[in-house]
Amino acid sequence: MQTSEINTDYEVRSLDTLCINESHLTHKWYYNLKYLFVGIIFGIIFVKAEIISWFRIQEMFRLQSFHMFGLIGSAVLVGAVSVWIIKKFNIRTIYNEKIEFHPKTFNKGQIYGGLLFGLGWAITGACPGPMYAQVGTGATVILITVLSAIAGTWVYGYTRNKLPH
Amino acid sequence: MAEFIMQPWPWYVAGPLIGLIVPVLLIIGNKSFGISSSLRHICAAVVPSNIAFFRYDWKKEIWNLFFVSGILAGGFIAVQILTNPDDVQISPQLAEELKKYGINNFSGLVPVQLFSWENLFTLKGLFIIVFGGFLVGFGTRYAGGCTSGHSIMGLSTLQMPSLIATCCFMAGGFIAANFILPLILIL
Repeated sequence: MQTSEINTDYEVRSLDTLCINESHLTHKWYYNLKYLFVGIIFGIIFVKAEIISWFRIQEMFRLQSFHMFGLIGSAVLVGAVSVWIIKKFNIRTIYNEKIEFHPKTFNKGQIYGGLLFGLGWAITGACPGPMYAQVGTGATVILITVLSAIAGTWVYGYTRNKLPH
Repeated sequence: MAEFIMQPWPWYVAGPLIGLIVPVLLIIGNKSFGISSSLRHICAAVVPSNIAFFRYDWKKEIWNLFFVSGILAGGFIAVQILTNPDDVQISPQLAEELKKYGINNFSGLVPVQLFSWENLFTLKGLFIIVFGGFLVGFGTRYAGGCTSGHSIMGLSTLQMPSLIATCCFMAGGFIAANFILPLILIL
């Protein structure tokens, strides 16, 4: 019965990037531990490259340092080459599934939401990933920032039918 | 080598490593790199409140919660065993500017003079810690992704909507850092 209600929401749901990761295989929960491991590596990179530093973010938005631009730029370059290789050689997952890509469709949310997130990024000095890492480094008050971000996400969900998309 | 690891890592080492997260997640489980959706899954798991946007089987997306838990743990591990004993090296212009607002402690990755429990209930703290966080959560979901989902995954797969979103992230950041944050810092 839940599905029927969700299905009436086609137009809005088509704007989502959700449920794109639905693997066709079912695995035991502990298969997820590999994502925990990748996350740990990622968290360590966040700290060691000072991406979670509020100061580095301020420098980026004041054009006072090349660090963050070089970081994001080289990450995109390596990501793009990897995706090209995966497509070119038809590389499959370790479970021998075909790797799927999910094109995003344009809507005005990317502009309005993008600008709002940009404001928050500069003020808090953190995007969602670094927030988690900051909490891990012992800056426990950032837990409040994470809770506020969850609240922001909830308010978006609550008001989204009234927002321009 | 050990000394190199303890130092802050340069962008040309860390950037490519982050880029590699994209193929690693695809190859180990067909997952698209993205972090802000974890906030949505938390809403769906804890406070779905009968809102259609949060009524889905979040357990299917649980890999994402494992992933962000790992990021939190990675932050903990990095400061425990790989910590850099020196102050964060920041640009002299930024240091000069921040000193005008009374921020002169550059010892941590986040300025302790702004992000502390004592500051939380000041006007400044409320704007930065609470309101800033709200904008991050609201904005990323409205935009359909954050720096990871749009700027790294989206741009890596050459998606125009992600390029538009990334330009807007940057525009918003420039506006806030140069024009809004100075107003908050004098509070």
